[in-house]
Amino acid sequence: MEAGIVSYGAYVPRHRITPTEIGKVWGVDGAGMGLGLNVHRKSVPAPDEDTITISTEALRAALIRGAIDPQEIGALYIGSESHPYAVKPSATVVAQAVGATPNLTAADYEFACKAGTAAIQTCLGLVGAKMVRYGVAIGTDTSQGAPGDALEYSASAGGAALIIGRERVIARVEDTVSYTTDTPDFWRREGQRYPSHSGRFTGEPAYFRHVTECANRMMERVHSKASDYQHVVFHQPNGKFPQRVGKQLGFSEAQMRHGLVTPYIGNTYSAAALIGLANVLDHAGPGERILMVGYGSGAGSDAFDIVTTEEIATYDRSFGPPVEQYLHNGVEIPYATYAKFRGKITMGGE
Amino acid sequence: MTIARFWRETPQRYNLGGAKCTVCQTVYFPPRSVCPSCAQHRQSLGRLEPFHLSGEGEVVTFSVVHDAAEGFEMQVPYVLAIVRTKEGPQLTGQVVDVDPSEVKIGLRVRATFRKLREEGKAGVIHYGYKFTPADEWDGRPDGRSTPAPVASEVQSAPVGGSASA
Amino acid sequence: MREVAILGVGMTKFGELWDRSFREIGIEAGFQALVDAKLSSGDLGALYLGNMASGSLIAQEHIAPLILDYSGLGAHHLAAVRVEGGGASGALALHEGWLAVASGAHDFVVVGGAEKLTDVPDVEASRITGGTADHEWEAVFGATLPGLWAMVARRHMHDYGTTREAFGQVAVQMHENGSKNPNAHYRNRLTLEAVTHATPVAEPLGMLDCAPFSDGAAAVVLGPMERARKFTDTPIRLAASQVACDSMALHHRRDLTTVDSTVVAAKRAFAQARRAPSDVQVVELNDAYTIGALVALEDLGFVEKGKSGPAFLAGEFARGARVSMNTSGGLKAQGQPFGAVGVAQAVEIVRQLRGEAKERQVSGANLGLAHNLGGTGGTSVVHLMERVN
Repeated sequence: MEAGIVSYGAYVPRHRITPTEIGKVWGVDGAGMGLGLNVHRKSVPAPDEDTITISTEALRAALIRGAIDPQEIGALYIGSESHPYAVKPSATVVAQAVGATPNLTAADYEFACKAGTAAIQTCLGLVGAKMVRYGVAIGTDTSQGAPGDALEYSASAGGAALIIGRERVIARVEDTVSYTTDTPDFWRREGQRYPSHSGRFTGEPAYFRHVTECANRMMERVHSKASDYQHVVFHQPNGKFPQRVGKQLGFSEAQMRHGLVTPYIGNTYSAAALIGLANVLDHAGPGERILMVGYGSGAGSDAFDIVTTEEIATYDRSFGPPVEQYLHNGVEIPYATYAKFRGKITMGGE
Repeated sequence: MTIARFWRETPQRYNLGGAKCTVCQTVYFPPRSVCPSCAQHRQSLGRLEPFHLSGEGEVVTFSVVHDAAEGFEMQVPYVLAIVRTKEGPQLTGQVVDVDPSEVKIGLRVRATFRKLREEGKAGVIHYGYKFTPADEWDGRPDGRSTPAPVASEVQSAPVGGSASA
Repeated sequence: MREVAILGVGMTKFGELWDRSFREIGIEAGFQALVDAKLSSGDLGALYLGNMASGSLIAQEHIAPLILDYSGLGAHHLAAVRVEGGGASGALALHEGWLAVASGAHDFVVVGGAEKLTDVPDVEASRITGGTADHEWEAVFGATLPGLWAMVARRHMHDYGTTREAFGQVAVQMHENGSKNPNAHYRNRLTLEAVTHATPVAEPLGMLDCAPFSDGAAAVVLGPMERARKFTDTPIRLAASQVACDSMALHHRRDLTTVDSTVVAAKRAFAQARRAPSDVQVVELNDAYTIGALVALEDLGFVEKGKSGPAFLAGEFARGARVSMNTSGGLKAQGQPFGAVGVAQAVEIVRQLRGEAKERQVSGANLGLAHNLGGTGGTSVVHLMERVN
C-alpha cells in the first residue's frame, strides 16, 4: 500500500477522576477495582466538551503539525459511540471548524470501540484509489458507564485524528485485515443513556477471540511474527486485557509500553487504540514496525501492519502536547464534580 | 436564538473569520463592511477582505463569573475575559481549562473549540471559540500560526502592505 | 432653538411593586408631573416614553399609546412615542422632549420613563437587560452585564491601583443616601465590610455592588422657558441635553476604563450650557455597578482619570461635599427600573434645585447634572439643569 499516515494529533480533556474516588460513592473498594482493571485515573470531559470539540482539537493539531491545507481533505470520518446527535453528523461540524468544507465527503461511524479503525480503513481505500488526496480518520469518545457499574471505573474521554495520504507519509500502512462476527457483548439500545454489557462474556468470546484471530491473520498475511515489531497497540478497554492478549500473542512489555495508555487516562473507546498509536508515533524513529489491533464490541477487530518512514525524522511535532503530557498531567476532581460535568444529576424541570 | 441566526455566524464563531481593510490594513473581528479606521469611510466600502485570526492573544482584563449567563450555569465559576489577539482585534470569551486563581492580566492564551450552549435537551448545540492558557506546545514555527484559511479566501486575501488594492 | 424649562416632576416608589401593573405606575408618575406643573391635559402636544424592554418583560409592545389612553389623554389624540436606548431610554426620551420643545414643534410635552422588571424571573431579567450589551459577540460567549463591568473594574484596578474598598464605598454611600429617600427601593444602610464580603457575582464585583432590578416610573413636563412663569415660581432650565454613542461591545472600546460616549456627551453638554464641571453641585450618575460610578466621575470631568477611587474614599462626593453624587441613592439604592432611571435622575435634580429634597437637600444647589447610560456605554446621555432665579 502506498497510503499511510501523513500526520496525527491527539486530545484528552483536562480533568481526571480516580477509581478510589468513584468507589467511595458506591461503597466499593475502588482502589482494588483500579488495580484489577489496571486503570489508575480516567479522563473526564468538561461540560463544554463533547465528541465534536475533542475531534476538532485533535484534527487541528494534526493539520498544523503536518502543514496540511484543510481544503485538500477529500474525506472525513469520525468514529464514535458518543456522537452528540443521534441524527446529524459530527463530521460536518468538525469539517467546518477546521476549514475543510465544502469539497469533501464526510460521515459519522459507529462500531462500538472500533469505529475509529474502521474510518482508517475507509480512508486507506479512498486514498489508495486516488479518489481523495487526504482522508481524515478520527476516533473520539466521551463514553459513560452507568453510575455504579463496573464500566464507570474506566469509561473516559479522548480523541485522535489521523490524516491519511500518499505524500510525505510518516508511517506507511503495509496492510490491514479485519475479523468480524455477530457477538453481542456490549451494546446501547436507541434512546438509552448508558450502555449495557454481558459481564464476563465480554472477555474470552468477544475481546480475546477477535483480537487474537485478527492479529494472527494479520501476521500470517504479511509473514511476520511478534518479534518483528518494535511496537504493538491493542484496543484497551482497561489496562489488563491488552497486557494479557499481548502476552498470549508473544509480545513483550517493552513492545507494548508506548501503546498502552488506558492505565493513565481510562478507556477512550473509539480513541483508545488511536491514542496508543499516537503515543507510539511520538516516540518512534524511522523504520520502526508497529502492529495495531482495534476491537469493537458486537464484534470485530481491525489490524494494521505499519512501518515508520524516513519522513518521521523531520516531522514537526512541536504543536500540540505530546500524548505523554496527557497521560501524566491533569486535574483530579471529586465524584460530585464528575457527576455534574457528566449530567448524572437530575436537574429541575427534567 | 433561532438556528439561522447562529448558523450564519459560523465562520466567525468556528474559525475566527474576521476582515481586513485593504485600504488601511486594519484587521477587524467580527468582520465589518465599512472600515471605521479609514479616514474616508466610503473609500473602504467593498475593500474589506476575509481575514482569519490565529486565535493567539493575551488577556487584557477578566472576571470570574459566579452568577452565570443563561446556559452557562453548569460551568460556574467561569472565567470571562477580553482577549487582545496578536492581529489586533479584541474579543470577549471564556478562558477554560484553567484554575481561575491563575488568570492574570497579560496571560497568553490561544483559541480552542468548545460548546457554547445547547438549545435545551432536544435542540441544536452551538459551538464556537473559547480560550485556554497558551503552553509550551503552542509554538508554531515557520509561519504556521494561522489555521489555514479557506482556499477561496486565500486567493482573495490581500497582500500585506499593499495599500493600493 | 428656544430655551426649555422643566415645569413639573413626578415619580412612583421604586422597588418590587408586586401589586401594581406597568400601566398603573406609568400613569401615576405622569399625573404627578402634570399636577406638579399645574398644566391641563389640553395644553399637551406629545408624550415621549422611555422604556427598554416592555415586549420582553410584559409581552406588550407599542406601549406609548397604551399609557396615553389609560392616562385619559386618548381623546386629544396626542403624538405618543416610545424611546429605547437600553438603560439610557429615560434620558433619551427626555432628549426627544427637549428637541420637540426647543425646536418649537411642540409647546408642552410629557416625558415619562417606566419599566416593570419583576413580572419575569430574575434569570429572565438578567438575560433581557444583558441585551443592552452586544448579544452576538458578548452575551453568546458568557458575558453578563455584571461580568462586563467587573472587567472594567479589574482593568481600572490594574491601571490605576483602584482598591476594592473604593468602589465598595460607592454602595455604602448610595445606601446612606437612599435611607433618606422615601421612594427608594433600598433604605437600609450598609457597612463597607458587608459590601466587600458579599456573595461574589462577577469578581471583583459582589452582590452589593450591583443595582437591583426594580419596577418604577418617573415623569417630567417640559415647556418653553418664556412661558414657564405662568405655571411655576421655580422653573428649572434644561440648560443642556446631549447624547453620544460608542461601540456596543466593551472589547471594541478605545480604552476599557473610559466610557468615551460619556466623555463626549459631557463635553458637549458643558459647551452647550457654557459651564464647567466645577460649576455643578449635584449630580445623578450611572452606578448600576459601583465601579461605573467611579468611571463616570472621571469621564464627566469631576475628577482626574484614575483618581476617582481615592477621591471617593476621601468623601469628595458625599452629600454636601465638593459635588453631591446621587442624593437619591442612585440606581444602587433608589433602584433600577431601566427605562425610568434617566427620567428619575432628572426628577431628583429638579427637586434639589427647587430646594424640595427635604432630608437629602443640598444647600445652594443651582446647577445639576444627570448622566444616564445604556449597556456598558453604547449610549450616554448628559443633561444639565439650572435653577433660574
